[in-house]
Amino acid sequence: MSFLEYAPAPESTAILNLRDSYGLFIDGEFVDGHGAAFATISPSTEKRIAEVACADASDVDRAVAAARRAYDRTWSRMSGGDRGKYLFRIARLVQERARELAVAESLDNGKPIKETRDVDIPLVAAWFFYYAGWADKLEYAGLGSAPRALGVAAQVIPWNFPLLMLAWKIAPALAAGNTVVLKPAETTPLTALLFAEICQQADLPAGVVNIITGAGETGRALVSHDDVNKVAFTGSTPVGREIARAVAGTGKKLTLELGGKGANIVFDDAAMDQAVEGIVSGIFFNQGHVCCAGSRLLVQENIHDELVDRLKTRLSTLRLGDPLDKNTDIGAINSREQLDRIRALSEIGEQEGAERWSPACEIPSNGFWFAPTIFTNVSTSHRIARDEIFGPVLSVLTFRTPEEAVAKANNTPYGLSAGIWTEKASRMLALADRLRAGVVWANTFNKFDPASPFGGYKESGYGREGGRHGLAAYLEASGWQAPIESSAASPRSGRKARKAVAK
Amino acid sequence: MTIDHPVALAPAERAVRLLGGDLTEKALRLHLDGLAGVDAVGLEARAANLATRSIKTSSKAWALDTIIRTCDLTTLEGADTPGKVRSLVAKAVMPDPSDPSCPRVAAVCVYGDMVPYAVEALGAHHGDPDQGLVSVAAVATAFPSGRASLDIKLADTREAVAAGADEIDMVIDRGAFLSGRFGLVFDQIVAVKEACRRTDGSYAHLKVILETGELQTYDNVRRASWLSILAGADFIKTSTGKVSPAATLPVTLLMLEVIRDWNRLTGERIGMKPAGGIRSSKDAVRYLVTVAETVGEQWLVPHLWRFGASSLVNDVLLQRQKMTTGHYSGPDYVTVD
Repeated sequence: MSFLEYAPAPESTAILNLRDSYGLFIDGEFVDGHGAAFATISPSTEKRIAEVACADASDVDRAVAAARRAYDRTWSRMSGGDRGKYLFRIARLVQERARELAVAESLDNGKPIKETRDVDIPLVAAWFFYYAGWADKLEYAGLGSAPRALGVAAQVIPWNFPLLMLAWKIAPALAAGNTVVLKPAETTPLTALLFAEICQQADLPAGVVNIITGAGETGRALVSHDDVNKVAFTGSTPVGREIARAVAGTGKKLTLELGGKGANIVFDDAAMDQAVEGIVSGIFFNQGHVCCAGSRLLVQENIHDELVDRLKTRLSTLRLGDPLDKNTDIGAINSREQLDRIRALSEIGEQEGAERWSPACEIPSNGFWFAPTIFTNVSTSHRIARDEIFGPVLSVLTFRTPEEAVAKANNTPYGLSAGIWTEKASRMLALADRLRAGVVWANTFNKFDPASPFGGYKESGYGREGGRHGLAAYLEASGWQAPIESSAASPRSGRKARKAVAK
Repeated sequence: MTIDHPVALAPAERAVRLLGGDLTEKALRLHLDGLAGVDAVGLEARAANLATRSIKTSSKAWALDTIIRTCDLTTLEGADTPGKVRSLVAKAVMPDPSDPSCPRVAAVCVYGDMVPYAVEALGAHHGDPDQGLVSVAAVATAFPSGRASLDIKLADTREAVAAGADEIDMVIDRGAFLSGRFGLVFDQIVAVKEACRRTDGSYAHLKVILETGELQTYDNVRRASWLSILAGADFIKTSTGKVSPAATLPVTLLMLEVIRDWNRLTGERIGMKPAGGIRSSKDAVRYLVTVAETVGEQWLVPHLWRFGASSLVNDVLLQRQKMTTGHYSGPDYVTVD
């Protein structure tokens, strides 16, 4: 027998206590939706996990109204310290239920349990802990002595990091004093619904967090709802454009975190073995379903052959298969639709003359799978060097000088992330200054921390999430004055009333 | 900057092949200084990642047997006696008296003066661990500090080989290495290798101990690994077990990467031995995973991979018994030595 064919080590699903069907979480309760309910499936087996309600326009109305009530009557009147207590409580509950959440996320999304257990869920807890600490310190956020919450936030999140993106959205919103209506992606609603249970468990006041499920139509109704003060979206650039159009001229604040085509730049003096690891985690982490993935490898020409050779050897040790097996490195592609897109772009890559390579690996017969793939001989004009593939596909390009590296790295409509690999710190800093990307990692890749702002340039979106910047996206600086004609339903009215009382 | 006076080095075969015929200290230094750096954060992250592999059921059973089969059962104490060594040998030959299917360890590792007792006690079981027999390994060259003249180190080595040691575990001169005298360290390894030569022309296997806990930086560990291999090491070994930290997973991973690179370059296979500080089966299994995913599982045989440990075997035996019987026993169900 071969030792490297590690015996199966499946994580048990016994800890999961799922319902057969889930309603919408509105005003602290699960209620029926008025749209046609749909099933969420496990992308690794195509088996149905649970039925999920679909919110239509009337459900969106109810959810926004619940959020507005909670904002006016409870959340905006509560002290920052008390809001912080709820957030700390949520963070602790996430930690307590970490294994359950990890299993659910892996099941619903298709990503390896190793990642949900070691990355997604610990970061979710970290995000809530971090913003819980901010809740009573808003006057130190650099936005004046009394920054104000915006009101009701409409949040639409993607399927690649379902619960983590929820945390990125909800934690700062709540810490700043807003209430939220959040819509998870239609292929990955499960952990958001478990999170709704956590909100109940934490005794969070009804309506502060509302979670409505559904597809694009639901999202459209939510972001264009009249009584929403803030829209936050993470997802594809085309949908982001549509949202920007819908929100234009309404006075809603908007943050968009969209696509990317990150350049991972490797110089010939880099620590080679660690660079190989960084390239692997840059593009094969989460099956490449990462908006900030290092999907373009820019390698200095004189080490191209050796680096590619080492990379191939390393890829041969990656294990593709059952996401719930603790030894799985590459899980399933999230949906058939996404798989089709990855396949189509990869075929275009071949047609355009790039050289395609994948390690020998057995693809399971059910579910959606795509072997880790490297394209060499890629030119900047190839579509696989320009379009976001959002899959485990790496395009390898070369450069000769630091000048050329910067030019090629910046030559993209996107600007979310970049990586630099060199042992020479002066070069690293000089280069980082010139890369037009929201995040530049040096000698590492795909590392996230709640204290660090994250966001893009150009078509990768605007606004920042994480850190103090992420908080500012949910606050109005205290220099701002409420319009005199503001109606009774104005988000600030509760706040103003409270201030009047305080005086 | 001055131009080094070209100091000729002992013409070790591997170094001559790689660095050219006029082997000088300068050529060696240029090679070692030209090696790619090691990023400590990345190296440790990779080791931590390898440590998350979950080895269960049949894989675990194979791993436990492999740990025993590749273990150098060790006693290196000032208080060692012939009796203690005989007792160690008995354990090496039959690690688990309650289970005859339990494999033997690869070698017993003792001080040079204990070699005759080990050889005598092993009797017919003495031989090649790849054939299921047990080797005798001796530490030499003024182990563990290495602070003695070259003549004494060589005499120490020759004596152990003459007494029947199959393997010599030497220490490098860390003082010389840290002060940049790479040539001196190199020449000493070449000389000790020559002292491993038996009268029939064959050689005792040479394991070169870097004492990574004293080299401090990963860059140093990488240079010392290359230097040792170039000078003729059959194995590179992390530690004496007398300095803390001894073996760690990141250091072992790094040394295995050098071994992998040497193999890519020349096709030759160099052995690896982490020693000291590996006490639990769980820990040891992580090392096996690291070997398999870095150089390949073909390295998990006694002539290419060893654990240097004294207490590890007992924990492995407890785990092994648990796998057969389904429940844990306790320390009284394995022998003290």
